[in-house]
Amino acid sequence: MSTSTRPGLSPTIVELGVRSVFGRRRGVLLFVLPLVLVGLAILVRALVGVDEDAAEGTLYGLGLVVVVPLVSLLGTTGVLAPEIDDGSIAYLLSKPISRHTIVLSKLTVATGASVVFGTLPMLLAGFVLMPGDPRFVLGFALAALLAGVTYCVVFALASMLNRHAVVIGLIYVLVWEGLLGGLLSGVRWLSVTQWAAAVGGRIVDPDATQDLSLGYALVATVVVLVGGTWWAGRRLRSFNIAGEE
Amino acid sequence: MTEVPAVSTSPPEPAAVAPSAVIHDLGYRPYEGPRLGAGAVSWAFFVTGLRHCFGLGRSGRSKVLPMILLALMLLPALILVGVLVQAKDLLGLDEQIVAYSTYPMTTQLLISVFVAAQAPALISRDLRFRTITLYLARPLRRTTYVLVRVASLTAATFVLIGAPLLLMYLGGLLAELPAGRETGRFLGAAVGALLLAACLAGLSALTAALTVRRGLAVAAVIVVLLVSYTVVATIQGIAWDSGHDTVGEVAGLFSPYTLVNGVQVFLFDAPEATPTPPTGTAMGLLYLGTVAVLVLGSMAAMLGRYRTVTS
Repeated sequence: MSTSTRPGLSPTIVELGVRSVFGRRRGVLLFVLPLVLVGLAILVRALVGVDEDAAEGTLYGLGLVVVVPLVSLLGTTGVLAPEIDDGSIAYLLSKPISRHTIVLSKLTVATGASVVFGTLPMLLAGFVLMPGDPRFVLGFALAALLAGVTYCVVFALASMLNRHAVVIGLIYVLVWEGLLGGLLSGVRWLSVTQWAAAVGGRIVDPDATQDLSLGYALVATVVVLVGGTWWAGRRLRSFNIAGEE
Repeated sequence: MTEVPAVSTSPPEPAAVAPSAVIHDLGYRPYEGPRLGAGAVSWAFFVTGLRHCFGLGRSGRSKVLPMILLALMLLPALILVGVLVQAKDLLGLDEQIVAYSTYPMTTQLLISVFVAAQAPALISRDLRFRTITLYLARPLRRTTYVLVRVASLTAATFVLIGAPLLLMYLGGLLAELPAGRETGRFLGAAVGALLLAACLAGLSALTAALTVRRGLAVAAVIVVLLVSYTVVATIQGIAWDSGHDTVGEVAGLFSPYTLVNGVQVFLFDAPEATPTPPTGTAMGLLYLGTVAVLVLGSMAAMLGRYRTVTS
C-alpha cells in the first residue's frame, strides 16, 4: 500500500467495514428498524387511508426522530466501535494510510447503511402513506438523507472521543433530539433532526412558514458534516490506543 | 501463548527407580466451620446484584448513572408533592396531580435507560469475561444463577419505579388526602410497578444475555423499548382518532409500559394513561395473560440460553 498524502477512499477498509456492519447481530437490528417503519406505514394506511396529518406524524415521529438516528448510530458504531473496543484498530493505524482516509472510508460505509436502511425505507413508507403526493414523499426522504448522513458524522466523532459512544449517542438522541427537542423550541437551533426537517419541509410545502430558515439549516448541516469529518480524522491522528481506563 | 518446549532435553527416564518424591503436609488447614446452604448463597448473590445495580460496591464511575437516574425519577415526584402540599386549597385539589399508575409511563425514558444500562452490567459482563464459569464452579446451580440475576434486576427496577410513588404517597398523606383511598391506589400502583419491573427486567436480561458485546446490549434494549413504545403510541393515537379502538387496544400489548398500564386499568380501575385502554373482561384478561407470557417466556428463554453457556 502506497503512502498517500491526499485523503481518499480505501476499498479495503470499505469492504472490511461492510463486513463488520452486517457480520453480527447488529445487522439484525438494522433490518428490523426499517421493517417496523414500513410495517407501521402499511397499518396506518389501512386504518385511516391517505391522510396527511397521520402520514406526517408517522414519518416524523417514528421515522425522522427514531429510526433514522438509530440506524445511523448502529451503522456508525458498527464500523468503528468494535475495533476501538477490542483494540484491533491498532493494526489499521499502524498502516501508512492517512487517518482522514480511514475516517472517510468508514463514514462511506456508515452513510451507505444509513441510506439503505434509513432513507429508502422512508421513501417506501412515504409512498405507502401518500402515494399521490411525490413532493411530500421526496421532502421526507431528503430530510431522512440529510439527517442520516449528518448523524453518521456526529456519531463517528463521538466514537473517536469516547469509548462509550453508543450510550452517549443514545442519550443524545433520546434526551436532546427526542425529549427536549419536543419540549423546548430553542433546541431547534442545535438539532440535526430539525435542520433536516426544515430542509425537507421546504420541499413538502415551499410556502409554509418555517421556524428555521432554510439558509441556517443548510449552513449548519454542512458545518457539522465537514467540521465533524475533519475533526474525527484529526482526532484519530492522536488516538490513544490504550484508552483512558 | 503456547509454551516453547526446552530445546532438546528428552523427558526424564520413566520410573525405573522407585519414586522417592513425597507430598509434604505443609499444614494448610481446610475450612471446618459451618457451610451455609444454597439459600444463603442465593441470598448473598441477590443482595450483591441489587447493590451493583445502583453502583454500590462498584467503582465511583458506575455509581454516577444509576444515582442520577434515581434522582431524576424522584425530582418530578418531589415537585408534585410540593405543589400538592402548598397549593392544595388554592387549586382545589383532592387527589394526586399525576396518578400513581401514570407516573412510570411519564418517566419511562429514565426507566428504560436504567434497565438498559444495568442489565448488561449484571448479565453481559459475566459472559464476556467468562466469570460465569467461576460462578458455576461453585455450589450455585445454573437455574439459580439465572433466576437470582433477574430477581436482582427486577428488585432494582422496582425500587427505581416505586421510590417516587412512595414519595408521592407520603406527600399525599401529609397533604391530608383521604388516606384509605390513597392507600388503595398506591398499593395498586405498587403491584403495577412490580409487574412493570418484572417485564422490563426479563426483556432486558434476555437481550443482554444474547448480545454480549459492550454497548450493543445497551443499544438493543433501548431500541426495543423505545421503538416499541413509539410504534404503539402512534398506532393508538391513530386508532383512537379513526375509531378503531380494538386495534389500539391490541397494539397496547406490544410495549411493556402500555401493557402494564392497561393491566392496572383493568385490575384496579386506575385512570388510563393511553388513548385506548383495554375495555371489557376478555381484553383485560388478554393483557394479564400477555404479562405472564412475557415474564415467564423471557425466563424460559434465559434458562435455554444458559443451558449451553460454559466454556
